[in-house]
Amino acid sequence: MSLAEFQRRMAADLMAPMSVIPDAGYVKPNDRLSSAERLDIYHRQYWYRVIDSMYEDFPGLCAVIGQRAFDRLIEAYLAEHPSQSFTMRDLGSRLEAWLRGNPHYAGRRPEFALDMVRLEWAHVVAFDGPSKDALGPEDLLEPNPEMRLGLQPYISLLDCHYPVDEIRIKVNATLDEHGDASNASTGREHRTALRNAGRRKPKDVHIAVHRWDLTVYYRRLAREELCLLAALRDGATLAEAIDRAFESSPMPIGEIPQSLAAWFNAWSALGWLCRP
Amino acid sequence: MPANRFNGFTDYGVGIGLRIPHYAHIFERTPVVDWFEIISENFMVEGGRPLATLDRILERYRVVQHGVSMYFGSAEPLNREHLRRLKALVRRTKSPWITDHLCWGSVDGRYSHDLLPMPYTFEAAALTARKIREARDFLEVPIAVENVSSYAEFHVSEMTEWQFLNEVVERADCGVLLDVNNIYVSSRNHSFDPDVYVNSVPAERIAQIHIAGHSKFEKYILDTHDHPVIDPVWSLYQAAIRRAGPTATLLEWDDRIPSFDEVHAEARKAERYLPAPVGAAR
Repeated sequence: MSLAEFQRRMAADLMAPMSVIPDAGYVKPNDRLSSAERLDIYHRQYWYRVIDSMYEDFPGLCAVIGQRAFDRLIEAYLAEHPSQSFTMRDLGSRLEAWLRGNPHYAGRRPEFALDMVRLEWAHVVAFDGPSKDALGPEDLLEPNPEMRLGLQPYISLLDCHYPVDEIRIKVNATLDEHGDASNASTGREHRTALRNAGRRKPKDVHIAVHRWDLTVYYRRLAREELCLLAALRDGATLAEAIDRAFESSPMPIGEIPQSLAAWFNAWSALGWLCRP
Repeated sequence: MPANRFNGFTDYGVGIGLRIPHYAHIFERTPVVDWFEIISENFMVEGGRPLATLDRILERYRVVQHGVSMYFGSAEPLNREHLRRLKALVRRTKSPWITDHLCWGSVDGRYSHDLLPMPYTFEAAALTARKIREARDFLEVPIAVENVSSYAEFHVSEMTEWQFLNEVVERADCGVLLDVNNIYVSSRNHSFDPDVYVNSVPAERIAQIHIAGHSKFEKYILDTHDHPVIDPVWSLYQAAIRRAGPTATLLEWDDRIPSFDEVHAEARKAERYLPAPVGAAR
């Protein structure tokens, strides 16, 4: 067996679902452990490691669907999409697309779970994603209709059906409060607190996930504000973006200039705008 | 032999791993630490807090990069994007040497994120050495490879682990990051004499030494980096220092991490085994 064949075989065994017991004939037994038991150390370590990593990045999803469903979902997702990156930071990069095709893993309210996945992946991107030089107020003194503006690449714009930003903040607070669950009692409290944090009724919200002073924040936006930013990010001119943002808006026309001024001031202060 | 060509002719003393729970202490108290080891992959990102934090550390401290996913022993070619990002980080940190593991962990572009033991074959040694040379040529910095702890051995192996290590580092002409805790863990899991291992490593190639704690289970030992260093591991450290001379030493503590002071004090126990510099009182 060549090195490549050996490694393909062992990798397939390690990445097999946890319920599978691989044929470990290529592993030497010792006086304490059989071949299968020795291989099983690596098999379990693989799954514990990737599930822990996914839990670190998607605690809100776990709160929304529950720990057992979360474990099942992650195992199914990674069985289909094992890591293709040298960093575990990217493990969840395909989760949203996968979950759209496999909504039965997302509990009774798949839309809720999907909203949370989008928010939590956006959080990962906002934490360490690239940035460009921000445009300051002086760059926006003389806007013209044909001007094109870019949006910082670490910012995600989310149109959600559940207030997942509030839930994730509550989940974070719960995790901070309970810390490491060191015994059965605190473990139960911890799980209950998380489940309570994940219970919420539907509500349409528009969120920008961004960072300020190296910390990730969720900023609620008006629907028109989100449309405008999305249009600018997608390459529209300033005039086209404003048209798109307000084409079906109930906002009185007289209030639009004031809103635009306030939004551009805020975006500029937050460093959101850059050259396309 | 405090400095050699495998650690950039430096004399770095005793360091500890840079870990998030210690950031506040380090920035508020600016403790005196010989050097920090960083996990390269944690900083191979494009922006945000990780790089800003690293830059603050670099203003005051010496840093050496330690990788966990180069996978020199994987049969597939080196990941060019990984190398490109790693080189950018080396330029940022000015790490005089870098380290990664003598192991495999990826197949056909799929990553296990584990440090998997090699089958100790001549084919594997030749391939691994070639990849280490390729990486060093691209990165333009000395590379030292670390022996990993392991829980399995393979029927296809043609030599012992230390013979394999020697075969690789001689072919690659690279350094060794000797992890004496890993030697101890593997010696208990595979029933070999750890002193034989330490005495078989080419002393002139030892660029750095790792010390750490581990967890003992009924039938095996797991390399968990969540305990103080035990006496038998200190004995192996002493044996390694006797052979290699005072060598850059790093304590790994990655789980259930205690206070900065506790970790640093544990690391500084290594100084008991290091000869005092000429004219200095310990």
